Amino acid sequence: MLKLFKIAVRNLSRYKRRTLLTSSLIAIGVMFVLVFIAASGSFKYIMIGQITDSMLGHLQVHKKGYVASIDSLPLTLNLSAKAVQKLEKTLEDIPEIEAFSPRVKFGGMFSNFVETTNIRVNGVYPEKEIATVPLFLSRIKQGEKTIKEGKILIPELLANGMKTKVGDTVVVIATNRDGSVNGKQFVVGGIIESVTGPGGRDGYMHIRDAMEVLRLEEMEISEVAIRLKDFGKLNAVSSSLDEMLSEELNKQGKLIFDIRTWEKLSPFYNVTRMIDVMTFFIKLMLIAIVLVSIMNVMIMAVFERIREIGTISAIGTMPEKILSLFLIEGFSLGVFGVVVGIILAFVSVFLINLVKITFNFGRQSGLVLSPSLDTGNILWISAIVIIVSVAAALQPAFKASRMEPVEALRHV
Amino acid sequence: MSLVNAKDLTKVYSLGEIKVEALKSVSFEIESASFISFIGPSGSGKTTLLNLIGCLDKPTSGKLEVSDVNTSDLTRKEAAAFRGRNLGFIFQDFNLIPVLTVYENVEYPLLVVQNIPAEERKNRIISLLETVGMIDQKDKYPDQISGGQKQRVAVARALVANPRLVLADEPTANLDSKTAFMIIDIMRQMKDEFGVTFIFSTHDSKIVSEVETVYSLQDGMLIGRTQGKGGWHA
Repeated sequence: MLKLFKIAVRNLSRYKRRTLLTSSLIAIGVMFVLVFIAASGSFKYIMIGQITDSMLGHLQVHKKGYVASIDSLPLTLNLSAKAVQKLEKTLEDIPEIEAFSPRVKFGGMFSNFVETTNIRVNGVYPEKEIATVPLFLSRIKQGEKTIKEGKILIPELLANGMKTKVGDTVVVIATNRDGSVNGKQFVVGGIIESVTGPGGRDGYMHIRDAMEVLRLEEMEISEVAIRLKDFGKLNAVSSSLDEMLSEELNKQGKLIFDIRTWEKLSPFYNVTRMIDVMTFFIKLMLIAIVLVSIMNVMIMAVFERIREIGTISAIGTMPEKILSLFLIEGFSLGVFGVVVGIILAFVSVFLINLVKITFNFGRQSGLVLSPSLDTGNILWISAIVIIVSVAAALQPAFKASRMEPVEALRHV
Repeated sequence: MSLVNAKDLTKVYSLGEIKVEALKSVSFEIESASFISFIGPSGSGKTTLLNLIGCLDKPTSGKLEVSDVNTSDLTRKEAAAFRGRNLGFIFQDFNLIPVLTVYENVEYPLLVVQNIPAEERKNRIISLLETVGMIDQKDKYPDQISGGQKQRVAVARALVANPRLVLADEPTANLDSKTAFMIIDIMRQMKDEFGVTFIFSTHDSKIVSEVETVYSLQDGMLIGRTQGKGGWHA
């Protein structure tokens, strides 16, 4: 077999320019695909990181039916104190969970005594919220980097529209679940940057203030955001949590809890799906490039070496060895292209990281694209290219192995 | 016992609707360790006959036995294996593999076709290259040596697997007289030393004058069998 490799490699070096051109084509294709996957992957994970770490968390638990009505933030679909207690105990027992943050969400009126508008507010425990969504503090653009009782963080767009500054006194008015209206005065403690996605333009206050506004006698929670120690275990933790909470039924025998990963809560998931689809089509293009270029080279090789095929066949080379010889040529071309392509990809990724390409996403600006080559992707792309290379050589190789020696020797 | 036994061999080629009878009921026997030539004008069927004996083609009718094997019944793979074990080929255009050195060209049948162990392989190749006088050129590629040298390498390649029969189609056609005689001498030496049978197809009077038996072909028919000069020496 080693000897066949030696002969195959020498046959490829016989037509240096053609071999070099084909290998370059494959190498450039491999490089572009790997760099695209690295760059789009970096973009995707920065975005996922922004969304999950600044407001959403990796997972959320709601009362069943809440998410379907989330636009109206229904207080009637909050989790009861008993359910929250059970949920918190379950979450504390799961070692993969780093932190979780219960939230009371409600819609109300916001007044600065000059103008009034509507506002969506999250009542949170500051320390739990910060532990669950660590980028939260970086969103506070003005004021104190915390949430104190009696103070409210208002979204940037609202602050600009209402001409409200840090330190101003405002009133938040809300209707509680019984239908009565209540209001409470707050001091604007900070202005928070709006971000793209659900809840990205909400204000924040301490959870006890939210309970007071809503006149809640005991803790009722709209949602619990969860942060995992390892994002890669998202689906596994989601499934096990789902299983653990599946025994909790209401009086009607229906499930109480609804567990959703960030993917099911954020419209950005569709963008990540689109990136995946684009990546898939780019891989298809690479396959087409490899297939056409190798098939072309191998068809030419067989055509140019008909007499030689006749000779080796005449002196007793078995058809399967002739087949192997040409398949090895296709394989070697593929391997050479892949190796050069991977080297070029590493160089390109290094240069991109050196240049520090920045981009904006929603209201976030200056995000730095930091692509990195993933071993899994490298192996996967290499395997595809090499398999396609061999497959492309199959037809010409089969033709060579089936050649009648007497006709091949007669060929001029 | 005869090495090649042909009885009523006929070969018909179809060229569209036209049928060309390249061989017409040819019968002959060739003994082991012979030095034989088929002669005749172009189109007389010499190469067709060599192709049939060499299991490169199958007769349309008739029976052909080579080394006691009815070669007409062999499948493609069986024919390839049979050629690798029993036959050697020498071509008019030498047909060396251009990407292999002289040594590697001679090694090819042992390595790719027969899988002979390395030590034995080396001994056989060195010995043959010394016999054909190409040992000092063993690392050169075919495009770096002359036509005569190429044919000497081709002779070594044909003999390296210890075949019982070597088929040579116009082996001296592309060589000058001096080189041609040298090649013929080498082949005769191989025949005497190893008992290998050589069958030539040729127009070349130099070969005709050196072989033991000359079979004459005309229009696909065997029209004569004469004892050559080589025969007197045998």
